[in-house]
Amino acid sequence: MSEILAQLMLDGHKIAFEPGQTILQAALAAGVYIPHLCAHPEFEPHGSCKLCTVVVNGRNGSACTIKAMPGQDVLSDTPELNLRRRTLLQMLFAEGNHFCPGCEKSGNCQLQALAYDLEMFDPHFAQFFPAREADGTHPEAFLDFNRCIMCELCVRASRDVDGKNVFALAGRGRDTHIIVNSPSGKLGDSTFSIHDKAGQVCPVGAILPKEVGFVRPIGERLYDHDTIAEVALREDATWREGEK
Amino acid sequence: MNAPFPPRAKKRLKIATATLGGCFGCHMSLLDMDERFLERAKLVDFDRSPLTDIKHCGPCDIGLIEGAVCNAENVHVLREFRAHCRTLVAVGACAINGGLPAQRNPLDLGGLMRKVYCDRVDETAQIPDDPELPLMLDKVYPIHEIVRIDYLIPGCPPSADALWKFLTDLIEGRTPRLDYAHFRFD
Ligand code: SF4
Ligand code: SF4
Ligand code: FES
Repeated sequence: MSEILAQLMLDGHKIAFEPGQTILQAALAAGVYIPHLCAHPEFEPHGSCKLCTVVVNGRNGSACTIKAMPGQDVLSDTPELNLRRRTLLQMLFAEGNHFCPGCEKSGNCQLQALAYDLEMFDPHFAQFFPAREADGTHPEAFLDFNRCIMCELCVRASRDVDGKNVFALAGRGRDTHIIVNSPSGKLGDSTFSIHDKAGQVCPVGAILPKEVGFVRPIGERLYDHDTIAEVALREDATWREGEK
Repeated sequence: MNAPFPPRAKKRLKIATATLGGCFGCHMSLLDMDERFLERAKLVDFDRSPLTDIKHCGPCDIGLIEGAVCNAENVHVLREFRAHCRTLVAVGACAINGGLPAQRNPLDLGGLMRKVYCDRVDETAQIPDDPELPLMLDKVYPIHEIVRIDYLIPGCPPSADALWKFLTDLIEGRTPRLDYAHFRFD
């Protein structure tokens, strides 16, 4: 009997995968970028932002949660999917307060870099301009929930890596927000340290280290020359190298 | 054989520009195009613009709007531009998403005005109420929330190169696009 090869089709190209990989992991390992925001190589997939949505054998699904299987025919880089991804980004921008020119994360921000990559000219929707909290009580970090996209990476990092449970998601719908686990609800009263994994993973400018704002001048920032696809493929390769 | 059709003379285009609630940074970027701006100026005429000091906008091919909608006068100017410009372009962060002026939106307008004008040492302090002054709006709005917009040029401000590329595409009849290096939100 012949063995079934661990291969799938991605945008018309055959790619090999290792059993157990998700479609996103297999694609990145093969050097093909699929836009994603809430997925991170070091964490369990979350499947919430839907930016990685692909069509697998005619049905929509999240590339970061679906396991790669032989016989899958996956479509990702299509005008229709990219249009929907752009719409998802526009909703994220419109429901928060993203004033990039005044944000320390600008140039190093994944949300912004994705918007560049997908040519998002404007937020399209009417802006919510929500009144969100900012918290400067911690000596090492600044929290600005105006920019939070509720990806729960900080929640996962604090719970699964740091073992501290500093962050959690609370509320529903429009009122969903991140809360801090401390008697006063302030970060300064929590066990958080900027050296925690939770201090390093925020893809946007919601958890910012203090005293290092704007250290990298314009022109030398992460996404000034390289697209998010180039950076993600590079980082994924480094990470897999370290895993071996 | 028929004689070839004589080439059509290049039509001059009419452009109008305005700053609503903005810092004139986007207009500075326009001027930053330097000689290219002068070269372009041979093909276009300027209608209402801070560069000409014409006070009202007539029929135009292209209107460029910098800044967000902060007060009643901004609304009038924007509507005048929409009524007269065949193509209306939002230039820069403030026009596109409210930008810096919109940072007041989560705050109460009355409280803000009192803080700025009344919480001072001199005793005559009061919120200016001269009838000449346009009324502030409750919130600051991106211009696409007030009128229909045809194109947008992101950036704070967009670089002279980005403006040049975008306007050249537009004037020469192509769909405007920006390459990665010039697609910026800051
Ligand atoms: S978090 Fe990113 S998208 Fe939001 S304001 Fe900062 S740089 Fe812009
Ligand atoms: S603070 Fe950052 S990491 Fe945490 S949920 Fe918000 S965007 Fe994600
Ligand atoms: S990256 Fe897959 S849903 Fe967010």
